[in-house]
Amino acid sequence: MRHATTLRIGPVGFRVGSDWRAPIAALNDLYRDYPQPDDGIPDFNVHLFAARPWRRVLRPSVHIGGDFVIPDAAPLPLVQGLLAAEMGMNLQMALGQRRYLLLHASAVERDGRALLMTGMSGAGKSTLAALLMAAGWRLMGDEFALLDPVTGLIHGFPRLISLKNEAIGVIERALPRARFGPRLEGTPKGTIRHLVPDARAISVMAEPAAPRLILFPSYGFAAAERAVLPSETFVRLTQASTNYVALAERGFGALTGLVRRVPARALDYPDTATVLEQVERMWSAG
Amino acid sequence: MRYKVAPREALRVVPLDALTLVYHRASGITHIVDAPVPEILEALTEPLDADDLLAKLSETFDLADADPAALAARLDELAAVGLVERL
Repeated sequence: MRHATTLRIGPVGFRVGSDWRAPIAALNDLYRDYPQPDDGIPDFNVHLFAARPWRRVLRPSVHIGGDFVIPDAAPLPLVQGLLAAEMGMNLQMALGQRRYLLLHASAVERDGRALLMTGMSGAGKSTLAALLMAAGWRLMGDEFALLDPVTGLIHGFPRLISLKNEAIGVIERALPRARFGPRLEGTPKGTIRHLVPDARAISVMAEPAAPRLILFPSYGFAAAERAVLPSETFVRLTQASTNYVALAERGFGALTGLVRRVPARALDYPDTATVLEQVERMWSAG
Repeated sequence: MRYKVAPREALRVVPLDALTLVYHRASGITHIVDAPVPEILEALTEPLDADDLLAKLSETFDLADADPAALAARLDELAAVGLVERL
C-alpha cells in the first residue's frame, strides 16, 4: 500500500497500510509516543483501501480490510479515516486474538492491581476509564482487557480512548491539557473524539496487573451497588468476550479462574462525581 | 437402559455458587447447570438405570416430588450433549 505505519499497543503489534496519506498521518501523530512491534514484526495487518481506483480521489470512501475482515462492513468517508484505522485494529483483535482471552472491558491499574469495567455499549466504560486516568489511575485500556490464561494477569491495550457524544465535553473539561484527535462528526456512533492516553499509560503499557475488582457500571440511574455472584459474572464475561469459544479450554480455565478469585459488583451511577467516589470506596473496601 | 457419567477426562467441572460449570472437552461447549444436574453426574460414577439413580439420589437428597419421567428426560438430555453415556 502507498502509506503505512507500525505501532504496538500493549503486547500487540500492528501494521496499518492505507491508500491515503491522511489516516496514516493521523495515526503517526496521535500514536507518536507508542513503541514499535516486538522484533519489528506485527501481529496483525490492517488495510484501508478504495474499492475502485478512482474512489481514492472521487468521493473517497475507506474500506476496512486486513488479516481478519467482516465481509459486509460499510466503508467510511475519508474524513473519518482515523476511525476506520481504529475500527480495523479493533476488528483484528476481536476476530483474531488467540494468545489472550479478550474481554470487552476498560481497565485501570493502581498499586499493581487492575480494576475491570465492562457492560453494554453506552454504560460508560470509556468515560469511566478516562475519568479514572484523570484521577491518577494508570489507564490500561478503554475497550479491551487481555486475560492471560497462563498467569491469570491482565494485559492492557491502551489504544486511543474513543469518546462519544456527551462524553467528549466531560473529558475535555476533566483533562484540559490532554491531547485529542479531531472531532469526527456523523460517524455510525455519532460524534467521536479520540483522547491520547497519558504518558504513564504509554510508558508502562507492557506491564500486566493482577485483577482485583470487576465492575459492571450502568450510567443514568440513582447511585446503587450490589454484589454479583461468580456464576453471573462468568455468564456476563463470556458475553463480553469475542474469543471465549475460540480459546476453548484455555478460555474456560482463564475465565473460571478469574471469577473465582476476583469479586464483582454492579454499579449504577447518576453522574461522574458520584461514580468516582463510588469506585474509590469499593476499591478501598477491596 | 443404564447410564454412566462421561469419563473423567472428558469433562471439567467447576462448581461456583448456585450454578456449576461443566466444560465438555469433545465439543468445546460450556454447560451452565443447576441442581440436580451436578448431583446426577456425581451419582453416575457407577452405571445405574433411571430407577436406581432415583433411589440413590433419594438416599442423599430430600426429594419431595421425585418424578421418574422427569429424571429420564433429564438423562436423555445429558446423554444427547455428551455429559452422560448410555450403556
